[in-house]
Formats: sequence, C-alpha cells, structure tokens
Amino acid sequence: MAKAKSNTLKLNFDTSWSYAPAPENKSAATIKKQYDLFINGDWVKPSGNKYFDTINPANEEKLSEVADANMADVDAAVKAARNAYEKIWKKMPAKERGKYIFRIARMIQEKARELAIIESLDGGKPIRESRDFDVPTAANHFFYYAGWADKLDYAFPNRLSEPLGVAGQIIPWNFPLLMAAWKIAPAIATGNTVVLKPAETTSLTALKLAEIIQESGLPEGVVNIVTGAGATGAAIVNHPDINKIAFTGSTEVGKIIQRAIAGTNKKATLELGGKAANIIFEDAPIDQAVEGVINGIFFNQGHVCCSGSWLYVQESVAKEVIRKLKDRIESLIVGDPLDKNTDIGAINSRQQLETIDKYLNIGKKEGAEMYQSSCSLPGKGFWCRPTLFTNVAQSNRIAQEEIFGPVLAILTFRTDDEVIEKANNSPYGLSAGVWTDKGSKIFNMTRRMRAGVVWANTFNKFDPSSPFGGYKESGFGREGGLHGLLPYLNLIN
Amino acid sequence: MKRSESLFAIPDFSLSPRIDQVGAEERASRFTKRSIKKESKLNGLKLVLNMIDLTTLEGKDTEGKVRQLCYKAMHPHDAVPGIPTVAAICVYPSMVKVAKKTLGDSGIKVASVVTAFPSGQAPRDVKIRDTKFAVNEGADEVDMVISRGKFHAGDYNFVFDEIAAIKEACGDARLKVILETGELGTFDKVRRASDIAMQAGADFIKTSTGKIQPAATMPVTLVMLEAIRDFYYKTGRMVGMKPAGGISKSKLALHYLVMVKEVLGEDWLNNHWFRFGASSLANDVLMQIVKEKTGVYQAANYFSVD
Repeated sequence: MAKAKSNTLKLNFDTSWSYAPAPENKSAATIKKQYDLFINGDWVKPSGNKYFDTINPANEEKLSEVADANMADVDAAVKAARNAYEKIWKKMPAKERGKYIFRIARMIQEKARELAIIESLDGGKPIRESRDFDVPTAANHFFYYAGWADKLDYAFPNRLSEPLGVAGQIIPWNFPLLMAAWKIAPAIATGNTVVLKPAETTSLTALKLAEIIQESGLPEGVVNIVTGAGATGAAIVNHPDINKIAFTGSTEVGKIIQRAIAGTNKKATLELGGKAANIIFEDAPIDQAVEGVINGIFFNQGHVCCSGSWLYVQESVAKEVIRKLKDRIESLIVGDPLDKNTDIGAINSRQQLETIDKYLNIGKKEGAEMYQSSCSLPGKGFWCRPTLFTNVAQSNRIAQEEIFGPVLAILTFRTDDEVIEKANNSPYGLSAGVWTDKGSKIFNMTRRMRAGVVWANTFNKFDPSSPFGGYKESGFGREGGLHGLLPYLNLIN
Repeated sequence: MKRSESLFAIPDFSLSPRIDQVGAEERASRFTKRSIKKESKLNGLKLVLNMIDLTTLEGKDTEGKVRQLCYKAMHPHDAVPGIPTVAAICVYPSMVKVAKKTLGDSGIKVASVVTAFPSGQAPRDVKIRDTKFAVNEGADEVDMVISRGKFHAGDYNFVFDEIAAIKEACGDARLKVILETGELGTFDKVRRASDIAMQAGADFIKTSTGKIQPAATMPVTLVMLEAIRDFYYKTGRMVGMKPAGGISKSKLALHYLVMVKEVLGEDWLNNHWFRFGASSLANDVLMQIVKEKTGVYQAANYFSVD
C-alpha cells in the first residue's frame, strides 16, 4: 500500500521553528563616497573627471561612485607600471619581493571582515561565502605566491626565468577580490608590474585592496588599479607598452581581446566561459552527490564560470535525484546577502538578471519542465529563485549555452560512453564533475573528459596550489599552482 | 498487493546506498553555520529541552537516584516560569517501576534500555525476557542494542530477525534501536544498519549507548536522518531519530535541530519523532534559557544537578 502512497508524500520545510534575521553589521566596513584611480601609489582623479555609480544589487541603493578611467588615465597607469618595473621591481632581490606579498596577504586577513562585508554589499553574494570562501582564499593566493617569489629556480629547474614586464589584467564581477588576488599575486611574485581593471559593477573590494597595497608600502607603481567599463578594458588591451594580457570573463570578450592582440608581442591568458557537465552514476553516493550538485550550481548564485550547470543523471536514479534536489532547494534561504543564514544572495546586476530571465523563457519554450523553490523574494533588487529544468534535451539551448545564474539543466543518460560523448559535446571545457563510488570508473571518466578541472565526488573546490583553466573556448593558460607562474615568465636558455 | 510491493518485503541490505564520508562531513558542518539568535534561539532551546531523554544508566543507580531524576524531569527549573519538561526518563529495566510511579500522570515517558545493554551479548530468549520485563514494569519505550558482532560478520538476517522479535515483545511500547555507531566503523555500515532496523520495525533509530566513543556526531546523525527520509519516501512510514551521548552543550543541540529542520522538516521537529539522549545537556539548556530571558548568565550552582 505504502508504495502507492509515495507519489503523494512530501516533506514540509515550512517549519514552525524558523531562524531570526542575523545580519552582519554594515558599519564594520568603511566605504568612501567617491573613489579615484590608484596610480603610482597614489589616488588620482580621472582626467575626464567622470565617475559612475556602484550600487547594492540587493536593494538598488547607491553605495559609492567610482572613477571612469579613459585612455589617458590608462596610459598614466601603464607608464607608472613601466617605471616601477624598470627602476625598482625587476631589480629587487626576489626574497624582498616575497616579503611585500606576504605582508599584503596578512593585511587581507586582518581586514577580512570589512572586505567580506563590502564584497557582499557590492556584489550581492551571501556573507557566508565572502567570509568563508572569497576573502580567505584571496589571502591564501597571496601567501602561496609570496612563497614562490624566491624559489623560481626550483619551479623550473635548470632554466633561467625573467619577468615579462607590465601585465594588463581585466577581471570579472563574480569573485571581485579573489580574481584580483588570482591575477596580482603571481604577476608581482614573478617580478612583473600590474595595471588591473576590476569589473564596473564590483570595483569596491579591488579599491579596498589598493588601500591595503598602499598601506603595505609596496613600491609605488608596482600595482595600479584603474576602474571603468569596456572602454577602459579596451584601452588596456590596446596599449602598446603592455607585455601581457590576463583576462577572466566572457568568451565573447575573450575573442575580441584575442583579435586585438593578434600580431603584437603581447602574451595572453584567457579564462572564459563554461558549461560544466556534472555526472551522477547510479552507483554514486546519492545524498552527497545531490549536495555536490547544489553547491555546484547555486554557489555564488551560479555566477561561476566553472559552475556545474549541466547535470547528467543515469536514468535508473534520475527520479530519486530529482526528488532530492527539489527537497533540497526548499531549504535554501534566498535573501539579504548580509544575513549570515542566507544561502543565495542577489543577482549581480539588472543586466545579468535579464540574461537569466531570457534563458528561463527559452527553457520553457523549448519544452523543458521548470521547477523553482517556493521561497519569497525581496521587493527591491535583483533576484532569481533556485531553478531546475527537467526533461532537457541535448539540443536545447539551456543545455548548451552558459546562463551564469542559479539555473540547473537536468538530462539523463544510459551508458558511460554515451555520457562522455555528450559531456564533451560542447564548445566549452572548463570543468566537470563525476559522482560514483567506483574508483576505476573515476579514472576512466576523468581521463576522457575534455575539461581543465575534473572533480570526483566533490565540486567547486579551489586551492592556490591547484592550477585552473580551460580547454577549447573556455580559454587557455593556467592560473594557480606552479602552472600559474609560467604565464608571467619567459624561460630563457 | 504484490508481495514485492509490501512494506515487509526484505531488501538486500548489502545493497544499501553508499555514503561518501567527506561529503557527509562537509554537509554536516554546513548546518553549524546557521546563526540562531533571539526568539529563534529561545524557542529552539525550549524545543531541545522538551526533546531530552534524561538518562541515568549506571551500575550504582538506586531508586533514590531515579526518584530525584524524575522530579528534575518534571520540574527542570521552577525558579523560572514557562519552562517545558523533558520528554522522557531513560533507565535500566530494574528502575522502570519506580520511575513510572514517580512520574505518575506527568506525561513524561519512561524508556528502558534492554537486550543486555550495552553489549547485547546475550542469547535471544534472554533479550526477549529482558524486554518483556521492562514493558510489564510499565516502560513506554524500549531502547534495544543490535548485535554488532553478527552485523560485522555479515549476518544481516540475524540482526533483522532479532529486531523484529524484540519489536514483537514490545507490544505497544515504542522501540528504539541503538546501532552503536561508534562500533560500526564506516558511514556505509551506519546506513546499512539503519535500513535493517527500520525495515525490521524500529520506531526510532538511535546512534549510541553512550558507553562507547565516539557516540553521537553530527555526520553520523545526518546519515541516519537521510536513511529515515528515504525510508519515509519508500514506505510512507515515519521513523524517529535519537542521537545519544556526547551532546552536552546547547549550541551543539541547536545545530542538531537545524539539521532535523533542513533534512526532514516540520513533522519531525517534536519529541514524538526526535530525542536527545543526554544526562548533562538539560542544565546547559536551562542556563541558556535563563540567559536569554534575563540577559545574564547564572552560576551553575543555581541549577540542580539531579
């Protein structure tokens, strides 16, 4: 009898015992009314005297205004970087370079709380993530590369290495401080100087990092931070005195950069989009796999280039996995990013919300079944409920294109060979996940997967010592680990 | 109804779902990140107190000791009004009668450990007599231990049959099945033992006797809660959960409550379906309740030990 009943059984997560609001204290962070450009160790007004607003995506309130750097400003920043490179940084003994970087790492730890609050205010991500992931991992990157500074001879035995010169770095809005750390730490550890541009919606923590760098006593001009939108980025990419471009962002912009630097001497590292296949086999530890899928797609509202947005479930366990996913998203708390209990914060910008909504409509039109959690959303700000699409076909656009939001496309498969073929059937190849209790299957799958990172029985794990980067249109070059040094060095003899 | 669809069709327990240890521990630690403040804390603490099986399981237990504990169960801290009672008293079979008499019509249940607790190393007929004795003395609930030796030897049918036999001997008393997870070694085996116990008729599954370390942990409890959830979806039958041993602080107890809320939801958030087996937790909860109400901590001396 009981079996027939099971179709109607439902757990009730709307509990009489609920969590009271637990907001982090906003006043523990200082945000200036206006931010200038950080050039040559000093705060400089933009030559065009233009500023743009940066808002809190959770309530659309203005947080501050940020300088809009034009070509002349970028030129000044590159000159400062060149000057610092030639006169100070490349001549400095490597162990001294390392000391500065260690100091920056420690100062990030000391100001961790403030950085976390600003990251959540400016970008919309939950404070639990900025506090427990973004900020500590950013500090760890500086610690890790500080250690390499005077050990490059051991990284590349019997080779002599030299820095490239001035690196132009353009970073995205999904992990603003962490991406700045990913870019700056290896560049300056290897003896390069930097002109960095944060994304226009999330400049504040990069500017806070500039304050830290200033306070750390790092020689003037070694790190320059210029704010602005696409035009500022283009000015960096096209500047003739830059030796290296490091970009993290969309595949579309990555292609523009690649075209722009064709025929120049500039080296490049591009970390672009992704559509990561996360594969659950019937012999997987199902409850842990479900949790991994949840973390894989809903971490940072799905604004993650390596997010596991493309779920393959072996057909024999598909019903069970989908039921568990539906139950699990009911206990995800969507709301105020500063609340310590929030699991899913605000979508980063109106523009991104429109992109996500566009794909929700495409998914419905394509005939996939949409399921969203029953949570309520705040009235103001940019929000999207955690969303599952079932009955998705390989040819659906929601299965092929990067949505960059809390939207999971669920497909089924029958055999190992079939799922490998399908998972590799993508222009992207940044990351992938495999869930099975069988060790031999893990090795078989991960070897055949064309993706830069393949996680087994876990997802979205990052460590400074582990290289990260893509196959195919997900980019080239590696960041992190020993591999992350090479894109900033020439190996000679 | 086909035999294969019956609730009592016995599955192959060697095929119980596998558990990834790292993943289970990671998920369990996520519950500890919930921030429980203000009224949510006070309500949570009251709920915790009301879920406690106040326990004394010592060789030196006497009627005097049990009577004192029963009074504490009924009146945890009369100095402050509005404090709930605990759920039950948990004692050895020889103490059931005095506990039952002392608790009277207070509504507090009497639970008795049985089946040659804590080792379970006795013949089945002795275990059945042990159970019947406790039930005849008036036990509302019976906490049995499984035969871990037989379980490790792979004799799942023996373990299953034994639980079913004790369930039968319980009559109307609710049966809690202690897995003694500290002796099982892996989460895979915890899950398997949970499945056996529920399938054999357990009303509750319980982590530990409290005599073996480690006793209850959050990951082990999570694995059991997920087994309960799967069993519920499979059969429509609710099974209760009782972590026991090692939970002595309010903060940890609230983390467990968070876990129940987010894994099983509303229906399990009461003392009919969730219990804490603990001896020293009650006073820490009382101390926190008083602190929430008055804003200051009182010294431990203000709370009776028994």
